[in-house]
Amino acid sequence: MADEGIAGSVAAPGGGDRPSTIVGRSPWQIFWMRFRRDRVALGAGVFLVLLAALAITAPLIARDLVHHDPNALFRDTLNEIGLPKVGPSAEFWFGVDTSGRDVFVRTIYGARTSLLVALLSTGFAVVLGILLGSLAGYLGGWVDTVISRAIDLTLSLPVLLFSIGIAAACSIKAEGCLGGLIQPGISLVTAIIALFTWPYIGRIVRGQVLTIRNKEFIEAARAMGASTGRILLRDVLPNLAAPIIVYGTLIIPSNILFEAALSFLGVGIPPTTPSWGRMISDAARGQLYTVAWWMLFFPGMALVLTTLAFNLVGDGLRDALDPRTQVTG
Amino acid sequence: MSVQVGERAMPGTEEARTPLVRLRGVKKYFPITRGIIFQRRIGNVHAVDGVDLDIYPGETLGLVGETGCGKSTLARVIMRLYDPTEGTIEFEGRDITRLKGRELRELRRHMQMIFQDPFASLNPRRTVGSIISEPFRLHKTVPRDRIKAEVQQLMELVGLNPEHYNRYPHEFSGGQRQRIGVARALALRPKLIVCDEPVSALDVSIQAQILNLLEDLQEEFNLTYLFIAHDLSVVKHVSDRVAVMYLGKIVEMAPGGTLYRNPKHPYTGALLSAVPIPDPRLAAHKKRIILEGDVPSPIDPPSGCRFHPRCPSAQFPICSEVEPTLEPMRPGQVVACHFPLPDRAVIDEGAEEATPSAGPSAG
Repeated sequence: MADEGIAGSVAAPGGGDRPSTIVGRSPWQIFWMRFRRDRVALGAGVFLVLLAALAITAPLIARDLVHHDPNALFRDTLNEIGLPKVGPSAEFWFGVDTSGRDVFVRTIYGARTSLLVALLSTGFAVVLGILLGSLAGYLGGWVDTVISRAIDLTLSLPVLLFSIGIAAACSIKAEGCLGGLIQPGISLVTAIIALFTWPYIGRIVRGQVLTIRNKEFIEAARAMGASTGRILLRDVLPNLAAPIIVYGTLIIPSNILFEAALSFLGVGIPPTTPSWGRMISDAARGQLYTVAWWMLFFPGMALVLTTLAFNLVGDGLRDALDPRTQVTG
Repeated sequence: MSVQVGERAMPGTEEARTPLVRLRGVKKYFPITRGIIFQRRIGNVHAVDGVDLDIYPGETLGLVGETGCGKSTLARVIMRLYDPTEGTIEFEGRDITRLKGRELRELRRHMQMIFQDPFASLNPRRTVGSIISEPFRLHKTVPRDRIKAEVQQLMELVGLNPEHYNRYPHEFSGGQRQRIGVARALALRPKLIVCDEPVSALDVSIQAQILNLLEDLQEEFNLTYLFIAHDLSVVKHVSDRVAVMYLGKIVEMAPGGTLYRNPKHPYTGALLSAVPIPDPRLAAHKKRIILEGDVPSPIDPPSGCRFHPRCPSAQFPICSEVEPTLEPMRPGQVVACHFPLPDRAVIDEGAEEATPSAGPSAG
């Protein structure tokens, strides 16, 4: 306790909360120190920030920089049998597609759809997973049995088949399902993806809660008279932050692919809304990419790079948040 | 070091005082289930199996026993962290066995707990200030703007630097962390503090500091301790009375000095004979009672006296058939044994004054 004497003499009188000579670091400060050293993850993070900026400003770029609307048809860029003849050029940076639409503008608009759907669905999945997972883990008993079986059941469903089925059922009427809560389009796709991804979070949260529940500090909180809700919120949840952030980040790329797969199959997102999955599906139809490679290459690359970047950031977060891994250098 | 163990406790006056805590026939069974959806109960772990215990205000009751004998479970039953399977718990004469909700929360102000593992008992994501002030925020005993001053006063009281209010538990040593735990337990000025092996995870030199802190606090705040340990020398150092537990039952209870000088239960004798004595002259007179075998499973405890399969003085068939009850032996000493040990069975000579008051631990 030698440092206490020093700290005591240095601190200003009356200022009990002044930092002493040895500055205490919060767990988040330690995390940031470690994450900053991971160049790859940091680079991937920068890429994602740029992508997000591009997606947010897509309408401005389309109107003021490229002067092409995502659904504007440039008939003169197609040849006599309707195949695109203009590849990447000064006018059309990423070329045009079979309808004569600007692939660049549609790609950055596609980023909007992909990121929006992926983030929204991951957000819902995380909230649902935390809620059900922590209840199952903390309360145990029949609550755990019911929630755990629900997780098993959901994970055992053939995902694509059910997605197509649900999408079809919800698209029959214009007002959608659940009393208009879920409309055909982005909200429908988001709901479907969240429905099939929350079990992954739920299962991890349940496992973590099971280990934390038996820690003595939880007993201490109960002995002090804290309610179950307060314990879950103030003692359990903060200790779950690390795994939730990591798995949430790792689920985003798979949800991007999920949305792309649904769009590829022509489910959910209306054809006029640009989406990477649908663009790839357009390019694949009739093996169009053999004539117009840019139709496949650019949305494909966007998809690959975005997925990769989210995965790298997720790995970096895991390394930085897990005290067992050693970041050297 | 101020150590007076033993006989300052109540010769014969026990019955006259109302106990702070009174346990009668307390049992705690943990079900063992099998099956995934439909769980069948296939057995019980008899963690605590019929305990009668009185804890008097102002005293320190030591509770010793091997790992797995049910000490910690008993502590948590008293704290109402576990619901007892059977029996009654009274606190200040009031039955608290089935208290729920608000009333239970109100009761928690009067009994607090100090935990064994100073690393697991503090939430790593909260600052020391937030940990110690939690009881104030839960029970609103201190106005919001006074909380910080109050917490810093507590920190000073337990020997922590109040400047460290905003630090996280990982920045402290084991002993300092245990002081944080003590401050938290003390915050609401409880009447009873259950100490569940509060020093067994600490270095020997730190153990003494924490034990002395607990002793000082007891004097200052008139606390009652239930002090659980598996280290007899630690218990001896702090306790007025000592209860010995074996497989979910109390087998012997006596004022500290009496118990150490004249253990009556063969199990107590065996435990005491295993404590190293730092005085070689005295150690030469010690008889070792070495137990055979392991502690039997609490799922299916032995019939009759639970200690009979390992007992050196067991006689059959009585020990394996008739369960002994706690019978008074001498003032304040009760023992559950058909064939109690003779006086001075473990240490022979000069026991009266030479029983070493050996520091915090003889280890």
